[in-house]
Amino acid sequence: MRDVAIIGASMLKFGRYPEKDLPELGAQAILLALNDAGVSLKDVEIMVSGNLYQANATVGQRILKEIGQTGIPVINVSNACATGSTAFREAYMSVASGAYDMALAVGSEQMGKMGLLGGGGSGRSGPSPEGIVGSGLMPAVFGQAGVEHMRKYGTTQEQFAKVAVKNHKHSMANPYSQYQVETSLEDVMNARTVAWPNTLYMCCPTGDGAAAAILVPYDKAAKYTTKPIKVAASVLTSDPWSERDLILPDVNTLTRNAAKEAYEKAGLGAKDLNLVELHDCFATAELLHYENLGLCGEGEAGRMIDEGETMVGGRIPVAPSGGLLSKGHPLGATGVANIVEVVWHLRGEAGARQVEGAKVGLAHVIGLGSACTINILTR
Amino acid sequence: MAETQTATQKRPILPFLRIPDNSSEKPYLVGNKCKGCGAVYLGSRMGCSRCMSVEPMEEVKLSDRGELHVFSIVHQSAPGIPTPYVAAIVDLPEGVSVRCNIEGVEPDPKNLKFGMPVEMYTETVHVDKEGNEIVAFKFRPANGAH
Repeated sequence: MRDVAIIGASMLKFGRYPEKDLPELGAQAILLALNDAGVSLKDVEIMVSGNLYQANATVGQRILKEIGQTGIPVINVSNACATGSTAFREAYMSVASGAYDMALAVGSEQMGKMGLLGGGGSGRSGPSPEGIVGSGLMPAVFGQAGVEHMRKYGTTQEQFAKVAVKNHKHSMANPYSQYQVETSLEDVMNARTVAWPNTLYMCCPTGDGAAAAILVPYDKAAKYTTKPIKVAASVLTSDPWSERDLILPDVNTLTRNAAKEAYEKAGLGAKDLNLVELHDCFATAELLHYENLGLCGEGEAGRMIDEGETMVGGRIPVAPSGGLLSKGHPLGATGVANIVEVVWHLRGEAGARQVEGAKVGLAHVIGLGSACTINILTR
Repeated sequence: MAETQTATQKRPILPFLRIPDNSSEKPYLVGNKCKGCGAVYLGSRMGCSRCMSVEPMEEVKLSDRGELHVFSIVHQSAPGIPTPYVAAIVDLPEGVSVRCNIEGVEPDPKNLKFGMPVEMYTETVHVDKEGNEIVAFKFRPANGAH
């Protein structure tokens, strides 16, 4: 396998774009990434496109019909919330394997105001068991995952709420975030409950968005840029059998497996990280992943947020972008956008939210069902 | 005009709820137990996702009592679903967990204790166009001796 570098990265500000078609969003992100890399679509040898809600409708090819058809292979990927990051990994693999010398990864999604993902889709007839036989909707599932952490370690709702306070504060410096609204701990705690312990400000919004990245062999990157970002590890895992996983999705084990593999591949550890963009779909999830990614010891996540270690300026900043809680979570775009945010920090181009001197960053995404990606990037 | 008259039935909302024909017997949940490693699944499986045995599994009748593992209180759901309610995960003694609603308590975290004993009951939650009763299982705090 060859080392791979990112030479172009872009994202559109996440938000609501009802006046645009989905392929326009993806095309816009690609044009920005091509411009960033100083290359043309004519140079691109393979494209991997991530999208979930139009997964049966050749989104990648439709994007190319907007901006340029050269007949290259196009792969359309869907992998729950890890759709975009899985597309990125496929693009990475196509270059790392030696098969292609320039790959384009794009993630795009148009969700409008659709909410409360999950449940449904069982193909059964008759009334839905949702709300009658528990809940399979994401707010309840991630509420339960947080409550499990409370049960094990005595974590409090207030500690989970502090995640939302932190991420919304971070968003104030990120013009790409859909929401830039600072919330006090009181605001978060007093907001209406969606699914306890998560209140409204502790749940990520949906939205529309797109992000793109261009990858080449690391030893050819100098031809395009003075700031190549190395993909030190790109890992994808699914959920191994674990107790209760079929009933209460286990978001922890596959993240731990992915982290272990990624640190080994990169030859780095959690202590080497300068920033992390992780899958804070709900505030409860973020604290679980502090431990899953080894940012702290078992049961220490509550203390970690209490002591401000994950604020920008703290020991290990988490979600300097404002996270999914502020940016929103257009499923196909999210995973690529997390990587783009890390790229910007490593290049020193993250503006007012820049993590000073960042050399190593980690992007983590989890999709229930389940799929987990971890990408470790270095400069 | 010949019309077949079919008697209306009680039908389970999920396939792993069994409703005995004999109405004096209580409905119960069924699991499928792997003969290789003992893992228990709700509903049927082609093979065991833990040990990969594809030997046909043994159907086991599950207890109607268990312990509350974790919960959430759902205040906002899909349109038409009444809230708030307690969405819980209950562990059964056979080593399998079940997703369910907890009824019989005000949906407030202070009323729910980790590990608290709960018992299953069933009720009709819907009557379909043909007049069949759709029966769901729910759990409530268990009182008294086992």
